[in-house]
Amino acid sequence: MKEQLHELKEQVVLKIKESTTVKELNDVRVAYLGKKGPITDLLKGMGKLPAEERPKMGALVNEIRESVTAILEERKDILEQQAIQEQLEKESIDVTLPGRPVELGNHHPLTRVVEEIEDFFISMGYEIAEGPEVEKDYYNFEALNLPKGHPARDMQDSFYITEDILLRTHTSPVQARTMEAKDGAPIKIICPGKVYRRDSDDATHSHQFTQIEGLVVGEDICMSDLKGTLDLLAKKLFGAEREIRLRPSFFPFTEPSVEMDISCFKCGGSGCNVCKKTGWIEILGAGMVHPNVLTMAGYNPEEVTGFAFGMGPERIAMLKYGVEDIRHFYTNDIRFISQFNRSEA
Amino acid sequence: MLVSTNWLSDYVDWNELSIEELAEKITRAGIEVDGIIDRSLGMDNIVIGHVVDCVKHPEADKLSICQVDVGGELSQIICGAPNIAKGQNVIVARPGAVLPGGMEIKKAELRGEPSNGMICSLQELGVESKLVPKAYTEGIYVFSNEVRAGDSALTQLGLYDRIMEFDLTPNRSDALSMIGVAYEVAAILSKDIKLPEISYEASSEKAQDALKLTVEAPEDNPMYVAKVVKNVKVAESPQWLQNTLMSSGIRPHNNIVDITNFVLLEYGQPLHAFDYDRLETKEIVVRRARQGEKMVTLDQAERTLNDQQLVITNGQEPVALAGVMGGANSEVHAGTTTVVIESAYFAPSSVRQTSKEVGLRSDASTRFEKGVDPNRVAEAAERAAQLMSELAGGEVLEGSVVFDELDKTWERIILSPDYVNNRLGMKIPMDEMKTIMDRLQIPTEAISGQLVMDIPTRRQDLKIKEDMIEEIARLHGYDEIPATLPVVESTPGGLTPYQAKRRIVRGYLEAAGLSQALTYSLTSPKDAQAFALETAPVTELLMPMSEDRSVLRQSIIPHLLDAATYNVARRNETVALYETGSVFLGIEEDDLPKEVEHVSAVLTGKWVDHAWQGEAKKVDFFVMKGIVEGLFEQLGLLERVQFTKATVDLLHPGRTATVWLDDQSVGIIGQVHPTEQKQRDLQETYVVEMNLQMIMQAATEELLYEAVPRYPSISRDIALVVNSDTSAATLETIIHQAGGKLLKQVQLFDLYEGKNVEEGTKSLAFSLKYFDPERTLTDEDVVNAHSKVLDALTVQANAQLRS
Repeated sequence: MKEQLHELKEQVVLKIKESTTVKELNDVRVAYLGKKGPITDLLKGMGKLPAEERPKMGALVNEIRESVTAILEERKDILEQQAIQEQLEKESIDVTLPGRPVELGNHHPLTRVVEEIEDFFISMGYEIAEGPEVEKDYYNFEALNLPKGHPARDMQDSFYITEDILLRTHTSPVQARTMEAKDGAPIKIICPGKVYRRDSDDATHSHQFTQIEGLVVGEDICMSDLKGTLDLLAKKLFGAEREIRLRPSFFPFTEPSVEMDISCFKCGGSGCNVCKKTGWIEILGAGMVHPNVLTMAGYNPEEVTGFAFGMGPERIAMLKYGVEDIRHFYTNDIRFISQFNRSEA
Repeated sequence: MLVSTNWLSDYVDWNELSIEELAEKITRAGIEVDGIIDRSLGMDNIVIGHVVDCVKHPEADKLSICQVDVGGELSQIICGAPNIAKGQNVIVARPGAVLPGGMEIKKAELRGEPSNGMICSLQELGVESKLVPKAYTEGIYVFSNEVRAGDSALTQLGLYDRIMEFDLTPNRSDALSMIGVAYEVAAILSKDIKLPEISYEASSEKAQDALKLTVEAPEDNPMYVAKVVKNVKVAESPQWLQNTLMSSGIRPHNNIVDITNFVLLEYGQPLHAFDYDRLETKEIVVRRARQGEKMVTLDQAERTLNDQQLVITNGQEPVALAGVMGGANSEVHAGTTTVVIESAYFAPSSVRQTSKEVGLRSDASTRFEKGVDPNRVAEAAERAAQLMSELAGGEVLEGSVVFDELDKTWERIILSPDYVNNRLGMKIPMDEMKTIMDRLQIPTEAISGQLVMDIPTRRQDLKIKEDMIEEIARLHGYDEIPATLPVVESTPGGLTPYQAKRRIVRGYLEAAGLSQALTYSLTSPKDAQAFALETAPVTELLMPMSEDRSVLRQSIIPHLLDAATYNVARRNETVALYETGSVFLGIEEDDLPKEVEHVSAVLTGKWVDHAWQGEAKKVDFFVMKGIVEGLFEQLGLLERVQFTKATVDLLHPGRTATVWLDDQSVGIIGQVHPTEQKQRDLQETYVVEMNLQMIMQAATEELLYEAVPRYPSISRDIALVVNSDTSAATLETIIHQAGGKLLKQVQLFDLYEGKNVEEGTKSLAFSLKYFDPERTLTDEDVVNAHSKVLDALTVQANAQLRS
C-alpha cells in the first residue's frame, strides 16, 4: 500500500507537470484528489488495514495529499500567469489607430468675437441691449442727428422697405431706443446685432454684416473714460501689450469723434503687411454723444454726457484670425467654420 | 483730395519736417493721410531735348529719325510717335535713364538705324492718361513754354513732388482747398500762412456796362459774382500751372479753363468761364429750369431738365447747369477773346439733388454740395481775374456784376474752460485753449472766464460748443487725454434670462455636434415662405440689388439647405449646422414686421462614423428628434413636448412631425421631400425649425432635488405585436395610464417588422421600471401592476404579447 501510494504520487506529479492549461490541471485535481479519485479510494480502503497501521497510513496519505496539493497549486500559479500573459498578448492593440471621435460643433467665428466682447463688458457692469433689424427711419437716422436730406442717408445706400422703414444700417438705433426708454436714467449698454447696407458683396463688403456698439450715459462721463474703456477692450481682444491711439474723426452722432488704432499685434509697431507699414491698425469709431442726440432722447446735454463706440466683429475676426475675405463668414463652408472649434482662455 | 507738397510750400513753411512726419502730424490732428505718392517714381536721367531734325525712317513708315539736341550734343533717336516734328522741345530718356517700374533705356538699333534713347510721352513718365492734356494723349509730350535743352525734364514737369492723399471726413470740406489745408497745417505746426496777394490793373470800362445779371431763384443761388475779362489770348497754360493741375488730379485744357480750375483748388470755390460773345445776349439770368427743357453740357451729352434744377441762362436758353457743369454752347474755345468769370454760392441741397439726378459729380459739385465759404466767393473771382490778366494777357473790366443776398456773418461761440475740461477729463488751462484758437486763426477773447470765439466762415463745421472741444482736444493732442473708467452708479450688468438661455441653446446644439451657421436675412420671393411656421405677408425691399435678396425670410431652413448643398458639392458630405436668428412676419404696410427668433438645423450625411471599423450610420429622423428632445430636456421642458405626424410642403409626408410644447405648435421637424432633395442635389436630409422665442419664454419650474432612491427598482420587459399603424406613443400612453403609481419609467428598446411577424403588424419591445420610494417591492406588487398593463394593452390596442 505504501508503495502503491508513492507510485501514485509520482504519477500525479508527472500529470501535473504535463498539464499546460489551468483546465487540464483542474482535470488532474479532480481525477486524483476528487471524491472518486484513487487517493480517496485509498482512504476508503483503510478500513481493511489492521488497526495499528491505520494512523500511520492515514498520516502518509494526508502527507502525500498535501504535498500533491502544494505542487498542484504551484503549477496552477504558473499556468495562470502564463494564461494572463497569453491573453495580454492576444488583446494587444495598435494604439495609434484613431480614437472614437466626440463630434462637437462650434460657434460661428463672429459669435465667438461678439461673445468675447459681450463678456468683457458684462464684467464691467454693462447690459446687452437688442432691437429690431427692421427699423423706423426715425431711430436709424433722425434720432441720431441725421435729419432728412442729410447726405449720409442716401436711399441708394440703405435697404428701404417704405419711405419710413428700412433695414437698420447700424445698431445705433438700439442706443436711441434705449435712451428713450430709460427716461433720463444712467445707461451702460452693449448692442450687438446684424446690420444691412446696400453694398455689392465682395472681399471687403457684405450687404449684411455684424456690429457691436456701446453706450454709456450719465453725469460726468468724459472722453478720458472712453479712452480708458477702449484701452482695456483693445488689450482684452488683442493682447495685454497693445497700445491704443485716438485720432480725431467725424460721425454725425458724436462730437468730438475719434477713431481708435491699436498698435499692430503682428509686428508690434515696427511696420508690416497687416498694418500697412504704419505700425497701427484702425479698429473702431467712437466719440462723445452729440448733444442733439441726447436732447432728442430726453436728456439735458448741459447736465448729462455720454460716450459711444462701435466696431465690426467681421473686421476684428479678419484681423485676429487672418481671414482675407468677408464672404467666408456667410458661405457656411464647414471647412471654414470648423476651424474655430478651439477654446481660448 | 490730393495735396502737392511742393504747392503747399507756397502757403505755409513745413519744410523743417520730412513729408512722412508732416503726414503723421496731419493724421494725428484729424485728417487722415491715406498715402504719399512720389511722382518721380524712381525716374532718372530724363532730360529736355530739342528736335533739330526729323526725317521719315526709310525702312519704316511709322518711325522717324530725329536728331535731338540733348544739351550741347546731338543724339540720333528713333521715334514712333505720330506727332513728332522738327523744332519741338520734347522729353528724352537717354541711355541709362530709368523709367517708372525700373525699366532702363539702352542704346538700340531700329531697322538699321541706331537710336540713343527714347522720346517719351507723359504716360511713359507715369502720368495717368486722364490727366495728360488732350493734344498729347496719343503721342509724345511737347513743351509749349520756353525750355533749355539738356535740363532735367522731371524738374520742368514738376515731377519731383510728393503728393499727400487726404481721406477727408464729410465735415472737413474746408480742406477741399489748398488754402484750407494751409490753415490746418499752419495750426498744427504753429506757423504763419501766406495768402495770395491779389492785384491787377483794371480797365476803365465797367463790367456792369458789359453784362446784365438777374437772379430769379435767390434761395438756390443767394450770391452770384460775374467779372468780364477782354482781349484774352487762349493758349496752353504756363508749365507751372499745367504741373499744378496734374499734380492735383485735373487735366490741363487751356489757360482760361486752367485758371478757373486752379482757383477752385486754391480757394475751394468752383468757378466757371463763359465765352462772352457766345452768350450773345450780354445777359445772365439764373433761374429754375423749365420742366422738360433741354441743354447740351460740356461733355456733349443732351440733358432733359426738370423744374427743380437750377440753370444759368443767357436770358433765353441754359448755358450752364448751375454748380454741376457748363454748357457746350458757351464754352471757352481757342478763338475766345472775352470771358465772363462766374463765382457763385449755390445752395448745397440744390446742387446735390441736381448732380444726383443727372448722374454727374464734378470737382465743382462736390464742393458746392458741402457749402463753399460765403466770404471767399467774391475773392475767388478776383483771383481768377488777376491770373487771366497775368497769364492770358486779359484786360479786366472794372468791378463786378453782383447779386448778393448771402449771409456772411461769423458765428460766435462762448465756452467756459470747465465745460471743455469736464468733457475731456482733462485740465487744460484757459490760456492754452486761447493759444490753440490763435493757431487756428479763430479770433478769440477771454472775457470774464469765458472764451468768446468768432468762427470764420471757412470753417463751416464749427457750429456748437462740442465742435470747439474737438478743436482744442485735437490740437492739444489726443495722446494727452488720460485713460480713466466711467464712474456711474454701479450696476451688476449681465445677460437677461432670455439672452442667457440663447447661449444655453447654442452651447447645447454645439455639444450635440452641430456647428453654428450664419446666413442672410434677405432671400428670394421663392424661398421667403418655404417651411414658414406661420402665414404672414412677405416684407419686400423697395430697391433690391437682386431678385435673390429682395425680401425678408420667414424661415431659416432654405438658407441652411443652400449651405448644405454648397458643402456637399465640395465633398463635405456630412453637414450638421444650426442657426438662431430672426424671421420677419409682415403685419401691415406701414408698420415694422414682427421679428421672431427661430432656431433651425439641418443634418445630412453620416452621423456615427467609426470609419476604420465600418460603423458609419446615416442620419435619420430620430437623430434629429433626439437632438430636439435633448434641447427641451436642457431647458426643462421635455415632459411637456410632443411630436405628432404632420404634412408640411417640401417635407417627406411620412417623415414629418409637428413639435408641440404644451398645446402650442412650436415647430416642424422632418425629412426634406425626396423631390426637393433631388432638386437641391442632396441625399437624405433632415431639418427642424422652431420658434425659439416661444420656447425660451415658456415658464419652467424651479429645479428641486428629489430624494435618491433607497430601495431597488424592478424591471420587466415586454414585446408586443400590434397593427403597423399603431404608434409607439399610443402604446406608451396606455402603459403609463395602466401602470399606476409604481410604474416609473417606460422605454422602447426594440422595433421589428418583417420575418416572423405577420404582415400588417409590427413588434415593439418596451422596458418597464417599477419602483416605490418607500419600500422594497414584492413580486406580488409587480405582478399586479404589470398584469394591468398587459390587460390594458390587449383591450385598448389589440396588442398581442409576443413570446
